[in-house]
Amino acid sequence: MLQGFFSNAAAMIMLTGALVGIAASLVGTFLVLRRNAMLSDAISHSIVFGIVVVWLLTHQQSGPVQIVGAALTGLLTVFLTELLVSSRKVKTDAAIGLVFPALFAAGVLLLNLYARDVHIDTHTVLLGEIGFVWLKTMTVAGLVVPQAVVWMTLVTLVNAAFVFFLFKELKLATFDPQLAQALGFAPTFLFYALLALTSITAVAAFDAVGAVLFIAFVIIPPAAAYLLTDRLVLMLVIASLIAIASSVGGYGLAVRLDVSIGGMMAVMTGAFLAVAFVFGPRYGLLARSWQIWNQRYANELRALLVHLYDHEDTAARAEENVTSALRDHLSWAPRKAGAVLERGLRQGFVEREGTVLHLTPKGREIARDLLEPWRRYGT
Amino acid sequence: MLELLGDHTVQNVILGAVFLGITAGVLGSFAVLRQQSLLGDTLAHAALPGVCLGFIIAGGRELGPILAGALFTAVAAALLVLALTRLSRLKTDAALGIALSFTFAVGVVLLTYIQGTPDASQGGLDSFLFGQAAATLRSDLWIMGGIMLASLALVGAFWKELKLVTFDPLFAGAIGLPVVLLDVVLTAMIALAVVIGLQMVGVVLMASMVIAPAVAARQWVKRLEHMVILAAAVGVAAGLAGALVSALGRNLATGPLIVLAASAIVVVSILVAPGRGLLWEEAKRWRERRSLRGRQVLATLYELAAHHRDPRFPTEAGALDAYHGLETGAVLARLERQGLVRRASHMPDEGLHWTLTDRGHAEARRVLADVGGEAA
Repeated sequence: MLQGFFSNAAAMIMLTGALVGIAASLVGTFLVLRRNAMLSDAISHSIVFGIVVVWLLTHQQSGPVQIVGAALTGLLTVFLTELLVSSRKVKTDAAIGLVFPALFAAGVLLLNLYARDVHIDTHTVLLGEIGFVWLKTMTVAGLVVPQAVVWMTLVTLVNAAFVFFLFKELKLATFDPQLAQALGFAPTFLFYALLALTSITAVAAFDAVGAVLFIAFVIIPPAAAYLLTDRLVLMLVIASLIAIASSVGGYGLAVRLDVSIGGMMAVMTGAFLAVAFVFGPRYGLLARSWQIWNQRYANELRALLVHLYDHEDTAARAEENVTSALRDHLSWAPRKAGAVLERGLRQGFVEREGTVLHLTPKGREIARDLLEPWRRYGT
Repeated sequence: MLELLGDHTVQNVILGAVFLGITAGVLGSFAVLRQQSLLGDTLAHAALPGVCLGFIIAGGRELGPILAGALFTAVAAALLVLALTRLSRLKTDAALGIALSFTFAVGVVLLTYIQGTPDASQGGLDSFLFGQAAATLRSDLWIMGGIMLASLALVGAFWKELKLVTFDPLFAGAIGLPVVLLDVVLTAMIALAVVIGLQMVGVVLMASMVIAPAVAARQWVKRLEHMVILAAAVGVAAGLAGALVSALGRNLATGPLIVLAASAIVVVSILVAPGRGLLWEEAKRWRERRSLRGRQVLATLYELAAHHRDPRFPTEAGALDAYHGLETGAVLARLERQGLVRRASHMPDEGLHWTLTDRGHAEARRVLADVGGEAA
């Protein structure tokens, strides 16, 4: 029964995708919050160099040596970038953009030169082959399980443990690095550990999704979650859920359309981001427009009430507190004036008597509150 | 070698590399100065779906539609970055990463879609990932040349405005320049630079071609005029080096070769650029330290002489070493060559002594007056 699950190609592909997504989201959440999202771009490109070098030296395409190599390459990328920045000859953005293409280019050339006939070709480097993950298997506890699933499970567990056990420290280092430093939580060390884990995740996910699509799994689910929540825990959970949904949905669509599975999974993360971007409950496009519209709506009504209150007991009342005055004195377009008045009447703040407008006690209370807010607290 | 230059393919490759180098160098200068280097990376990756769309629409591997498609999706990605940063709480880095990875994923999906269609001669599209200089056709060169001329004309026509927006956008806005429009022009220029490199460098590494020549040029010169020209030259040099090795050699992808050539130029520039390079700075620091030591020793000798009321007071070399906490032999030898000190024999067994010459006295007084000490 369990073996049936692990022998099911479709299930294994989706499981691999989901694991890549969860592992990447766990580290990506902190990268996005720290505004270092583009470092994942740099790392995932330059680990190609590490993978090729380790492969040339040991002829191992995966396993512990590769993982160590990837971690070192990732750290090398960040180190070189910071070296360039500290020389003060190059700004940070340009430094990132100089280092990783150079390492990536070196990796691709080495592949061109020495690894022509092996399985890691330049195409796989970029795109991965998640459709074939179920072909390479190993035996774990008597079960035949795809290698990619085993490795991704391990990496996901490591990342989850890192986030779980260092949650407090990570949270502090992310949101207030100075305080974390002052309290002795070594935010720089944590940051480097995070980048090392990003590199390890990238190399474990490499066979499945390649260098570039990996970036989508690191950045997009956390970014989408960021648009949906203010809480770090929820952000991690939502990002992981989006990653899972993307790999399942992406697989289904890719099979139906007969296109790249990894690519479609990444596209699906984008679709979830688009939904969060438009429909997010607090920060979504619609929610924000609604807030802005609501505010304008309320302000117009307030302007009307204050205007009426100002002239309530004055001689100019007959001239000011009429519909036409809204047009002439508040410079409102007739349609707008009509709409605002309509709202005031409907909500019971204003009454009309012939052409003259009266404030109801409720409306007067609001206007007085606006003009003399101190009255609210008694005198 | 001359034979090679007569070769049709090699001629095409050389011309292509020149067009690419000039365009990427000139347009990249603005991107780097405006600290938008990574936008180049995003736009380069975003060209992939455009390449595929162009292929699908044209029904084959024709450079014109492909580049048009690439320009279109690159600009769309730039707009996506703008929308995400302006209309949501996401920051620039996340927006760049999202646009990069999402558009690339769409490109991958389209690429596999094209490979799945039976009638497409899909062989050539992979070369847009890493570039293939040898595949450059004469007809492609017309298009690349056209893009180069168009972008140079754009830069020439708006030179003053672009310069101002690059260095002082607030001031540019204050004197009534259409800053947003110029922003769009500059972003479109990055897209143009990206598009022209697709054939030679490919989408993945094109970012480097936008950044590296500009960064290298920036090390050597201070004025934008000079930087733009030098960046174009660096771009051409890197493009030629990479493209020729690729076209002649063992079927190596062109993009990585060009990028490594450009990166090497950057490293050399950062190290040796006159006045600004790291080696120069180190040399300057070393010279300053040396001259400071010379002045210190001179002042010590002077004050000892003044203290003993003897202008020719011989000071023991060992005492000077001890006083300064370092070997002063080399410093004294240099001062001797300059005629400021000379060796003096005090007593036969007492070892080497030094004493100030008349010129040494004058120099020491000048040094002390400079630092505000009193000259006796």
